[in-house]
Amino acid sequence: MNAAVLQPVHETLTQKIQVTNLNFYYGAFHALKDINLQIPERRVTAFIGPSGCGKSTLLRTFNRMYALYPNQEARGEILIDGDDILSPRQDLNRLRAKVGMVFQKPTPFPMSIHDNIAFGVRLYESLSVREMEERVEWALRKAALWEEVKDKLRQSGTSLSGGQQQRLCIARGIAVKPEVLLLDEPASALDPISTGRIEELVHELKNDYTIVIVTHNMQQAARVSDYTAYMYLGEMVEFGVTDEVFIKPKKKETEDYITGRFG
Amino acid sequence: MNASAAFMSLYSRRLWINRLNLAVSRLTMLLGLFWLGWLLLTLFEAGFKALGPALFFTMTPPPGASGGLSNAIAGSLIMAAMGTLIGTPIGMMAGIYLAEFGSRGWLAPVTRFINDILLSAPSIVVGLFVYEVYVIHTRHFSAWAGTMALALIVIPVVIRTTENMLRLVPDSLREAAAALGAPQWKVITLVTVRAAKAGIITGILLAVARIGGETAPLLFTALNNQFWSLDLNQPMANLPVVIFQFAMSPYENWQHLAWAGALIITLGVLVLNILARVFFRNKTPTY
Repeated sequence: MNAAVLQPVHETLTQKIQVTNLNFYYGAFHALKDINLQIPERRVTAFIGPSGCGKSTLLRTFNRMYALYPNQEARGEILIDGDDILSPRQDLNRLRAKVGMVFQKPTPFPMSIHDNIAFGVRLYESLSVREMEERVEWALRKAALWEEVKDKLRQSGTSLSGGQQQRLCIARGIAVKPEVLLLDEPASALDPISTGRIEELVHELKNDYTIVIVTHNMQQAARVSDYTAYMYLGEMVEFGVTDEVFIKPKKKETEDYITGRFG
Repeated sequence: MNASAAFMSLYSRRLWINRLNLAVSRLTMLLGLFWLGWLLLTLFEAGFKALGPALFFTMTPPPGASGGLSNAIAGSLIMAAMGTLIGTPIGMMAGIYLAEFGSRGWLAPVTRFINDILLSAPSIVVGLFVYEVYVIHTRHFSAWAGTMALALIVIPVVIRTTENMLRLVPDSLREAAAALGAPQWKVITLVTVRAAKAGIITGILLAVARIGGETAPLLFTALNNQFWSLDLNQPMANLPVVIFQFAMSPYENWQHLAWAGALIITLGVLVLNILARVFFRNKTPTY
């Protein structure tokens, strides 16, 4: 399959997230340096690079997760649908309802499977019991978990296996119908079969969502993403259509990393 | 001596050191257990002799007459329950503040420091404090004063366990809830506190066990009452002070009642401790 044909180099896409001159600081440490990037709508964009290169940090600016901690600061501009989310006027809870996130380690809440999903939905919508049941089923089906848990929705979310827990977290993330889904190494703690299911899921979800995925696994980036950004030491080294980045990268550093000569 | 022989001599030396230390550890454990066993044996022997149904249904008698501990048992239960009821919400809220908001500013470290002092303060000081600020002004001992003193002992214990248990909840769980757009108060009440629930309840049970046997804070506050009284504005009978009084008395039937009271408290504390353990073991989430 020649994906380059499916994803023409100069396709005209709506840019969902536009990052301009973004700098990020952990206290005095300068973690992101002048990042410029445009993330297209309803596509999968992967961030790759060695540990500590800043790819998770960049991801966590899109829902301002970093704002939970003192001493973490972002400067520059990040537009989502044209609104500057770094502005102090931005309501963080509304932003996070629109930009969902799934973490490296599964984080089921200490409540039933049903309530794990209903938790986020209840925050911004008031649904009837029936509507909520439908929403829970819809989200679990999307996350390819419904068949495995449909008979035990009242059981604790922590009773599931690691792979199931992670799919529960993805279901929880899509149940609130966000526009953007941030995945921070969502499969790195999972076995190959669970990883495969999650990759299939990402493929399917990109019809409805803008997906940004951080991964250590380059094959995974090549498999699931349409666009790839290679980062190193807090800088954006190369960004482009995934096949081009992997087949004929423009920069020598990218090539070295991808071919395993470095990193 | 070749390398292998050197290794063997080093290895056997360490083996012997290990054996020696293990033996000493076992001995010290036995020493501790010995006194505890002796204490419990004496208590059970003297306590069970005085234990009977009359104990729970008749009041503390005058010297020489027969009677029980019903008023003291009721008083202890009431004051321990009230003290816990008042102390737990205050302690939990303060603990939540320290764990969830305590990373910035000066208030949290100061509170934590003062709480550590309160936690290890002799309970008689707490009793004297309530005496000074409450009993003196109302001009009489009362169950309210006793309740306050017990609440003051509960608070630091609950603050400490609540904070510690909340700190064990991984930040990733807080982030996951915040990432759905949940405001901080919902993250705390619906996710973090729920994840730490077993630990917090265990802490509360241990605090109840602690105040169940406290004598000193009640001596200056609730004092004692020979009669049946549920009036919180009057002095109230309670097991620890009754034990204190009766055990020191020259009357044999009072001494027997003191043993029985001590046994009841010990068994109560034992049950609370077992409950706390069962609770903590069954409900600890796996993260």
